[in-house]
This record gives sequence, C-alpha cells and structure tokens, in this order.
Amino acid sequence: MAARGGRGQLHHEPADRARPRRQARLLAGEGRGRGDGRAEHRRHPVSGDGIRLLTPDGERVPHPDYPSDAGPEELRALYRDMALARRVDAEGVTLQRQGELGLWPSLLGQEAAQVGSVRALREGDRVFPSYREHAVALGRGVDPLALMRLFRGVDHGAWDPEAHDFHLYTLVIGSQTLHATGYACGMAKDGADAAVIVYFGDGATSQGDVSEAFNFAAVWDAPVVFFCQNNQWAISEPNERQTRVPLHQRAQGFGFPGVRVDGNDVLAVQAVTRAALDHARSGRGPFLIEAFTYRMGAHTTSDDPSRYRDAAEVESWRAKDPLLRLERLLRREGAADDAFFAEVAVAGEALAARVREGVRAMASPAPEEMFDHVYAEAHTGVDRERAAFAAYQAAFAEEG
Amino acid sequence: MAATRMTLVAALNEALRSVLADDPRTLVMGEDVGRLGGVFRVTDGLQKDFGEGRVIDTPLAESGIVGTAIGLALRGYRPIVEIQFDGFVFPGYDQIVTQLAKMHARSRGRVRLPVVIRIPYGGGIGAVEHHSESPEALFAHVAGVRVMSPATPGDAYWMLREAVRCDDPVIFFEPKRRYYDKGEVDVDPAAGERQPPAHTARVVRPGSDLTLAAYGPMVRTCLDAAGVAAEEGRDLEVVDLRSISPVDFDTVERSVRRTGRLVVAHEAPVFFGAGAEIAAHVAEHCFYHLSAPVLRVGAYHTPYPPSRLEEEYLPGIDRVLDAVDQALAH
Repeated sequence: MAARGGRGQLHHEPADRARPRRQARLLAGEGRGRGDGRAEHRRHPVSGDGIRLLTPDGERVPHPDYPSDAGPEELRALYRDMALARRVDAEGVTLQRQGELGLWPSLLGQEAAQVGSVRALREGDRVFPSYREHAVALGRGVDPLALMRLFRGVDHGAWDPEAHDFHLYTLVIGSQTLHATGYACGMAKDGADAAVIVYFGDGATSQGDVSEAFNFAAVWDAPVVFFCQNNQWAISEPNERQTRVPLHQRAQGFGFPGVRVDGNDVLAVQAVTRAALDHARSGRGPFLIEAFTYRMGAHTTSDDPSRYRDAAEVESWRAKDPLLRLERLLRREGAADDAFFAEVAVAGEALAARVREGVRAMASPAPEEMFDHVYAEAHTGVDRERAAFAAYQAAFAEEG
Repeated sequence: MAATRMTLVAALNEALRSVLADDPRTLVMGEDVGRLGGVFRVTDGLQKDFGEGRVIDTPLAESGIVGTAIGLALRGYRPIVEIQFDGFVFPGYDQIVTQLAKMHARSRGRVRLPVVIRIPYGGGIGAVEHHSESPEALFAHVAGVRVMSPATPGDAYWMLREAVRCDDPVIFFEPKRRYYDKGEVDVDPAAGERQPPAHTARVVRPGSDLTLAAYGPMVRTCLDAAGVAAEEGRDLEVVDLRSISPVDFDTVERSVRRTGRLVVAHEAPVFFGAGAEIAAHVAEHCFYHLSAPVLRVGAYHTPYPPSRLEEEYLPGIDRVLDAVDQALAH
C-alpha cells in the first residue's frame, strides 16, 4: 500500500516550503498535478490537498491504491451524516451564543474528514477522539446531547466508551494518542481482529506525547491509525508555526507509512482510512493519515479568527466545501434529487430542535455528586470531605 | 508457611512474581525491566519466567510509558509501571495528573484504571541529581490517585500486592535506601488475611510520651531515634503511616490523644509537605489533647543538594531527637 512510496506518498515535495508561504500554497490551483508528467498523476490529479477521489466540482477521479465503490445509497448516507453533523454543530454554536453552553468547538468544514473516517470503521474498532470530533461521535451512536453535557458543564463528557467504542473527549492536546497506542497494544495481545483510530489536530503534532505515541506504536507494531485533521490553524498559530515538514511525512521518520488525503473529500477519506485500518489490523503496525482540511469557523466560540487570518483564505476554502462537493456528485450521478436534500434538511431541523430542547432541559448535577467516583474504592479522605459537606448543607436546612 | 527473611527488593520481586502468576491481565512495564531486571533488580528474572509479552521493556519516555499503560488499562489489563528514579517521573506527570487521576471521575465511574506506578524514591545513597527526591506530596495533592510507601519488606510485599489488586491508580513509592534492608515476609497467601489494609497506619512501636509519625525511609530513622530516646528515659510511640493518600488520621489521632505530643518526620522538604497536612489536621482535631505544638522534621526548601551535603539536608536521628526535645520541653 502506501509504504511502497511513490503514489501513496504524494505532494509533499520540499518545494512546498520553498513556495512563498501560506497564501500561495492554499490558493494553489485545484486539481493541479505535480507536473512531473507521470501518467498516474495526470489521471489522478493531486494538489497540496492530498489524495483525492472527488473534485470540488463533484466529479469522481479513480485512484489505484484507494478505490471507492460507494454507490447511490452509501453516497446519500454519507451526505446525510455530514449534513446532520453540520446542523448539530451549528446548533452548538447557537446554544453557546444564547448562554446555554459554556463553550463549543465547531467542526464546520471538517465534516468529510470525520464522516469519511468513522464510516471506514468496523464494529469492534475503537475510537480515541480529541474534542472536536462531533461527527465521529454521532457516527459511533453517541447522542449529541451527551456531547452538549460536557460543554454545558453538567459533566465531563460521561458517555459510555464501551457501548460506543468511542472513548471520552480529551482536552489536553495529544494525550489520547498514547492511550490509543496502549489500547491498540492490548487489542493485539488479545488477538482481536480490530484496530484503533485516534484523532488529533495539527497543533497536537507539536506535543511530545504525539511523537512518543508514534514511536511506541512503531516499536510495538501497534494496530493504530493516527488520524490528524490538519485544519491549518491551532487557534491562531498556522501550520508554519507548528512544523517545518508536511505532517504525514513525520511517519516515515518513525518507520511507518503516512499519507495526506484531501480532508474535504469524503470518498477519499473513507477509502484511505479503510486501507489504513486494514494495514493496522493485518499486523503491519501503525499508519498516519493527514486529512488536509480547514476549520471554517473559530477554534471555539471563545475565539475570534478575524484577528489572525484573512477573509480571502477562508473564501478559498469555502469553494472546497465538503457537503457541496458531495451534493454535486449526487446530482451529477442522479443519486439524489431536490426531495432528498429537502428531506435531509427537515431531519436536521428536527434533530436541532431535539438538541435545543434537551440542552435547555438539562439540570445541574446534585452538589454531593462531586464526591462520587473520585475513586473506585472507598477513600477515607473523600469520605471525610463528603461528610463535612453534608453537615454544612444540613446546617442551612435547619435554618430553614 | 513460615515467614522468610528477605530484602525489600526481594519482597517486591516476590510480590510481582505472585501477581503475574495469579492474574494473566497483569503486566510489568518500564525502562530496563526486562533482561536487566531493573536498575535495582526489582524485576529480576520476571521476563525470563513470564515472557516479553508480560514484562515489557519500553522506549525511554515516561509520558509514553504512563500514557500507554492507561490505554492498556482501558483494554482491561493491569499494568505495573516502573519509573526508574523519582526525578524522572516528571515527564510522565502530565499523564498521571491530567489523565490517570481523572478518568474515573470524568466517566462517572464507567472507566477504571488499575495502574500501579512504582517509583524508587528518597535519598541517602550518594546519587547524582534527580536520583534522590521525595515528590510524594505532589501526588497526594492530586485527587484520584492513591499514594503509599512501605517501610519494611513485609509491607512492601503485601502493600504492592494490594496496590495491584486495587481498582484505583496507585503511586507506589519505594524507599530506595531501604531496598537492601532485610525483614520477615510471610508469602503464604493465607497470611494476606492477617495484613492490615494498605490505607491504614500502624503503630510500630508503642510509647506514652510522644508520637513520632513517619512513612517510607524515615520509619527506621524514627525507630532508631526512639531507641536512643529510650536510653534517655523517654518512651516514644512510632506510627508508620504507610499510606499518604488517604492518610489514616484515626490512628494518628488515637495516638496523639494518648501521648499529647506529635512530631511528623519525612525526607521531603517541610514546606507544603505531607507533614503540614498532618500537623494541620491534628491541630484542628486534637487541640485540647495537645501539650505542645505539632512539630515537623524534614528537608529544607532547596533543590536536593549535591550528595556530599545530603547528610545535612536529610533529617537524621539527631534532627528527630531535637524536635522531640522541643516538644517535650513544653
């Protein structure tokens, strides 16, 4: 597969860096090949954006290493997942603005990276998310209200990781890459025919934990797929401030394959992730995917991206919108009509309404719950404080 | 089965051997724990007997060791991690504090992380820097991890077994300057019934004039000090705390109510150390039983000095007895 080099490891030529900075690279022509004249690159147009199976105009382009056999039904399902995730995400932003949530990290623009990858998973595969993986969570059957509870401050994101094979969100950047690696080692020890996928951002690749995870996974042949959503910005820090090499190239230094995929192309993401998971499951060790995408919104609702990035850059990425791209394909292939898109929009509104009502109805936890679950077994220190708190509360009750 | 006399290192090795044999989900992991048997030989021979899949040499990266142990625990394993020396735990401190300690609470009890992190700690062996520190208070301050430190081979054996069996993460501080002290260890499984739970303190020398509370490497120092004091006609009680989170305050309070005086001793700096917590608690709960202020004996608030100065830095018998004199003078 990609370890063969060549086609699997594309468009990360050092010239990337030699070009005049971000603007030039991001505005590089769509569908432009490397221009090296090799036939496969003319057939499979690539740009700095990575492996691509679907052009922004909604046209399929085959790739010999990463085939997609998505038929009409699957295309519609992919679209529906992306559209519903976008709608839930928009509701998260709105609810924060209305004071119902303390914070919301928007996934706008990253729907294809998330839906494409989660739909490549098989039952029994395990997901370790960061904190923006709302579409992945929905894809694993996590109720959007469970995500909202975290950002409302009702709990710390306490869905059942076992029931969904979807671990808790991790807010400390990159920590979960090590948990994923250890979990994957456990899977391998158990002889499970399964793999782990762990999500993190471009900023996380600067953390030591991510490098340690790459190294542990490589040395131990852990069945883990490292899925980096390179959305170009770590809050206000652009890629240039995080790395001097294209991120997927990091894998090579640790001894495992890494590829860049167009993160706004749901078909390519799905195909590449499927291949990477197969690679991991087959005992060949880890795999790094760099999904080249863009965070269309703010880092979180507390952030103001207008202070650090140009409107022109945002607009250039709007043209690569993952949903619009898939909609064009669906229409081009006659796989969906206006009625379908209208029906998905109605379903999105219904879901948003349920989320809105659910969030507004969320009660705060009982205060004494903070003493629950600090430890799995009795701890006299916690017992003392729980008793002191109860006595303090009781004093108010007596006063009436 | 009769008790056997062995070193603290041998007791730990026996404990690891027994848990590896008892439970196929237990794993030993760390730097050099395999073929070398650990730099202190605590894991000696374990890889040979249990294989590379159970006794795992890791890359040299503490955050990676703790982080992957968390992942293995999430998968149902029970990793026992060795940190080579006290001062090397800090690259893994983030994983311990932000992840290992909190995941059970964050998940509302759904996730259990039975990870033991063994740390050889403390000074007195003439080592270079980062090899002699006592960072237990930094861990005891973190809710979600348990902190314990055995003082004898017998406790090392039974407390480590209990730490591995515990469903909570345990930071297990091993007093490295007592590694080669010998003591009685009853390895008969039935003897486990007779062991006090690891979270309880133990009166290791009864006395009536003053309570000396200590843990880990300072327990022997306090027993030695009590022996000297006895020659001077003073009857000191020595309490081995054994557990630093939680602290068994009931045992401490009972002792202080009887003796009326308390000196807390540890190797760590006095400032914001474990002794401060115990002194404050006793002042609050035993005020009318105290004949003297609670005094603390420990190291100074400086980085651990070059080893040629550690005799002055670490509290020894004389510093303990000096505090005892002050308390008895009231």
